Amino acid sequence: MRHNRTPDPMEPTLHSDRQPDAVPDFASGVVQDDLTAGAGENAIELKATEGLSQGQIVRRRFLRHRGAIVAMCFLAATVVLVTTSIGWGPIPGWWKHDYHTTYPIAIAGGRPTLQISFSEGVHIGEHPFGQDTVGHDMFAMTMRGAQQSLTVMVLIGLLATLIGVIVGATAGFFRGKVDTLLMRFTDMMIAIPVMVIGLVLGRWVNGASALTLGLALAFVEWMAMSRLVRAEFLSLREREFVDAARVAGASNTRIIVKHILPNAVGVIIVNATLLMSAAILLETALSYLGFGIAFPDISLGNLVSEYQSAFSQRPWLFWWPGFFIIVIALCVNFIGDGLRDAFDPRQRRIPSARKMARAARKLAAR
Amino acid sequence: MLAFIARRIAIGVVVLLGATFIVFMMVAIAANPLAELRASNDPNKEFLIARTTDLLDLDMPPVLRYFKWLGNLAAYLWGHGTFGTSIVDNQAVSAQLVVAVPTTLKLVFGSVILAILLGVTVGIVTALRQYSSFDYMTTFFTFLFYSLPAFWVAVLLKQFGAIRFNDFLADPKIPPWVVALVSVIVGGVAAMIAGGRARTRVGIGGVATAATAAVMIYVSATGFLLRPGLGIVGVTLTGVGVAFALTALNTGLGNRRALLASLSTVAAGAALYIPIQYAFLYASWPVLLGLWATSAGVGIVAGMAWGGDDKRVSGRTAALTGVVMSVFVFADRLMQAWPAYVGHSRVRGRPIGTIGAVTPELEGTFWLGVTDTLTHLILPTTALVLITFASYTRYTRASMLEVMNADYIRTARAKGLNERTVVVRHAFRNALIPLATVIPIDIALVFGGAIITERIFAWRGMGTMFIVALREGDIYGVMGYFVITAALAIAANIVADLIYAGLDPRIRVNA
Repeated sequence: MRHNRTPDPMEPTLHSDRQPDAVPDFASGVVQDDLTAGAGENAIELKATEGLSQGQIVRRRFLRHRGAIVAMCFLAATVVLVTTSIGWGPIPGWWKHDYHTTYPIAIAGGRPTLQISFSEGVHIGEHPFGQDTVGHDMFAMTMRGAQQSLTVMVLIGLLATLIGVIVGATAGFFRGKVDTLLMRFTDMMIAIPVMVIGLVLGRWVNGASALTLGLALAFVEWMAMSRLVRAEFLSLREREFVDAARVAGASNTRIIVKHILPNAVGVIIVNATLLMSAAILLETALSYLGFGIAFPDISLGNLVSEYQSAFSQRPWLFWWPGFFIIVIALCVNFIGDGLRDAFDPRQRRIPSARKMARAARKLAAR
Repeated sequence: MLAFIARRIAIGVVVLLGATFIVFMMVAIAANPLAELRASNDPNKEFLIARTTDLLDLDMPPVLRYFKWLGNLAAYLWGHGTFGTSIVDNQAVSAQLVVAVPTTLKLVFGSVILAILLGVTVGIVTALRQYSSFDYMTTFFTFLFYSLPAFWVAVLLKQFGAIRFNDFLADPKIPPWVVALVSVIVGGVAAMIAGGRARTRVGIGGVATAATAAVMIYVSATGFLLRPGLGIVGVTLTGVGVAFALTALNTGLGNRRALLASLSTVAAGAALYIPIQYAFLYASWPVLLGLWATSAGVGIVAGMAWGGDDKRVSGRTAALTGVVMSVFVFADRLMQAWPAYVGHSRVRGRPIGTIGAVTPELEGTFWLGVTDTLTHLILPTTALVLITFASYTRYTRASMLEVMNADYIRTARAKGLNERTVVVRHAFRNALIPLATVIPIDIALVFGGAIITERIFAWRGMGTMFIVALREGDIYGVMGYFVITAALAIAANIVADLIYAGLDPRIRVNA
């Protein structure tokens, strides 16, 4: 957040419960009977808060969220696999096939050659995800589709966040007429179902690349973000540190960017993540309906759409793209959940039964 | 209050005008209905171009077209004219909507109710068992459902819920390994939900496993799926079970009067079972609604008759029992129609439909029609429920957790109320308040957003109408769809605010 700045006594911290000196706090709230539980809980609580910056606290809390960490590893692995396998732009690929050439059918019917068994381990073979009727390599196609869908997802995430933050911050900080105007506009955009405006925009950029589709769809997803940021700004702008900054002669822009924004960063990051998981579902749905990325270019959505009729003969053509959509969306959702817990100042860690028992034993041994 | 509503409606109209203007401009720029015609080699190309131009007023600039459309809409609302003719099928847009709206309503209504029931139940249970393995498991699955692409689920459902299931129905024998697997899973989940000491949980899990296995073996061995039916015995037994369950939830089994009132409602239902079968010969929706109302009335009367200090509570419990019981009687009658439906020449033994809202040219009794609607509803409804109920679960769980930590819950416990009363009377009702504000908005969203589900199951509802119109560049069709969904969304927001103000006395509405 802001480790690179000298501490300023006037600056607030997001965490009001920050306790620099670790004084055990048995007197308040902890009933005698609960002493053991209280000790365990307090020890963890104190460890979490003693002399740490906000960034460190958030990072520690995030790292404790097991689901989010597992999701993070999975997502990283997916991204690495997707970028390096068939190569992406300047990155060379190690996979022998590409997504637009037709190859001779390796196994009758284009069955997948991927085999996983306990005795022989993993056997990848010529076409691990199988081939379609004309012999395209499904693995390469899925990788290409995932690249496109990831691009759109990240683009929407970044751009929509940017728009939402700008609109929300302006409305919340300046209030009055600007606020009314911007929020009425936001209301209008919210009244339009995301699918509708997405489909219309998708029709507009029909057959366009992932880049244009991402740019267009960013204008669909920013509304929730702008509302949240506005609410955050409305409350933060009344705080003393804003007055202090203004007295010190800071300009509006400086107050917004340097003083209020860092305090709203939790809300923004969490919602950016959740927005991205919605974005990949939106993109794949549009491509499925034929309004997004269209053949000959590939997205996970139009792969599913292309091969759904072949489900009974070639189910693998259908399973793999769907599997990648779910893995990406699920990971992003879990990371978002972890971030929300990490940024939530009310969040208190409740120790597991085992930890409580251990603390009790320790206390008894003393 | 009135001033508040008036102001909200005024703002809503302004927002609606702005939103329709934005969409109109976007569609006008995005879609060119003439592009395809210009490229075609049709001999009467010139005529077609002229006709489309005339129908869509393409010779005017988009802004003027918007105002012309708005004028037409106002005239239509005033009672004359139409707001545009579709170039897709040359019908008036209003005529298209008359067909599309009921279809979508049918689809949305059931799925929203089911999703809410399921989501709220699971959410409450996970909140009461916070940080249990059941809680973690549900969290994982809600995230999974949340991440499922609608189109992917729908295709899977079509494959497994319809094609494979219809194949299975030809010879409905459940293989032993499926029986074992399903009953162990059910038992495991039951044990996880049960809570309490290890021995109780194992016991409950064991009972649940055995019961599930018994039901599945019975269904498989007797060919229940071919000729289903509850009969008077089955209806009465389920009714007694429902009476006990509802009384346990609502008042606790200690309240003998409530229990007896519910049981007498069940007895009345059982006694009326045979006369009702004759009434069913003349069944229509008004008759059925009257039946439901009567059963609720019987319950209320029974509650009052048993009397006591809290006869209103007994009456409510018994009325609920009566309604559930009559649903079972209704289901039983539908089951009797099942063999005739499956054997019908238009159905030919493949009852679960994947295309459209009804089997075309299906003629038969009222019951055949209802069965047909239900078999066509089941898959799209499942798809919609799967993707929407996850958010209800998360929402209810969060809200319930917050309520359970509130001071008044501690007070309720401190005055010695038992856990059931605390949870059902004090916590549950308050936990539902924030949910009540989400539901209207959600209904509006689902109404406009069931596009993919409608498309895959080929329902000719609002979503299909929108997609087809957009693809053809038929701007008036798109606007006809949009003006309804947007108005619904805005109205839902106002309703949500009013509900909130009505339910939560801390919220004060002032204009």
